[in-house]
Amino acid sequence: MQHNIWIYLLVMAGVSYLIRMTPLALIRREITNRHLRSFLFYVPYATLAVMTFPAIMEATQTPVAGLCALIAGIVLAWKGCSLFQVAVLCCAVAFVTELLPIF
Amino acid sequence: MTTENKICFQHGMRDGCPIALGYFAVSFTLGIAARNAGLSAIQAFVASVLNNASAGEYAGFSLIAAGSTYLETAIMTLVVNARYLLMSCSLSQKLKPETPLRHRMLVAYDVTDEIFGICVAQPGYLNPWYAYGAIAVAIPGWAFGTCLGVIMGNVLPTRVVSALSVGLYGMFLAIIIPPARKNKVIAGLVAAGFAASFLVNRLPLFSGLSTGIKTIALTIALALLAAVLFPTDTVNSEEKKEEVH
Repeated sequence: MQHNIWIYLLVMAGVSYLIRMTPLALIRREITNRHLRSFLFYVPYATLAVMTFPAIMEATQTPVAGLCALIAGIVLAWKGCSLFQVAVLCCAVAFVTELLPIF
Repeated sequence: MTTENKICFQHGMRDGCPIALGYFAVSFTLGIAARNAGLSAIQAFVASVLNNASAGEYAGFSLIAAGSTYLETAIMTLVVNARYLLMSCSLSQKLKPETPLRHRMLVAYDVTDEIFGICVAQPGYLNPWYAYGAIAVAIPGWAFGTCLGVIMGNVLPTRVVSALSVGLYGMFLAIIIPPARKNKVIAGLVAAGFAASFLVNRLPLFSGLSTGIKTIALTIALALLAAVLFPTDTVNSEEKKEEVH
């Protein structure tokens, strides 16, 4: 059966939007349940940490470059560098590490 | 637009710039995947404008390439993007309860890892205009990157692409590390997230699971554990106090 790419795109877009819109449209009040609130408060930190490592080591040509960028990112963010500074310096660290012949 | 909204929009645009750069690099590689699946540059552009999801789009393109059914595509999109459901639930608590539906529906358009990340990092309630500012900058980066990926393929040296793709993770770190410094539970949660994610990705036991499923399962497990062990109901009020100062 011949499929139409535009229909695929429509299906993907529809599902993606509904996933994002439903909770925002339906949860209108502040959740008062202590555990549920805590859970939702912790979600972003858990999910961003899980997505960062070890994925950062797979994004670069060599795992070492990703690891160096990770360490640099943690130190810079800890020291209070801005979002932009951390992002740019991580790129620079990864780029330079990959240029070094020892790795 | 009130003055406050205007300032929030500008702040959003400012914080959206590194996101747009990172998006451009990632979506460029996404464009290459789109080309391999047989999409035209315009189709890839439309896909990115409407989906705003790297893993979700990758999954979709590979299903298109395999000639899968529309139902399979819908289910796969649901599974791979399910973490946005959690993020939207979490984000609903960052909006003032009286925020009108139209703003909720517009903010929902671009709940991504990065936009969500900078939105929750805002002190106190989220002004939707902050999100709009970030989206206004980030979406063009994402969509044109995908489009260019289809057109130009591998013109950028691999080194440059791989270095740029690290930028997104740098952004994640800039979001999670400063709160981890102030809050020991968050610090422990981040460390546990790194360790658990590493184990699940390396142990052969879990190798059959998709990245999306792993992310969802670990997020729920870790956040649940933290919520049971260290419930906190002072979080929002602390943030609101900070905003006043």
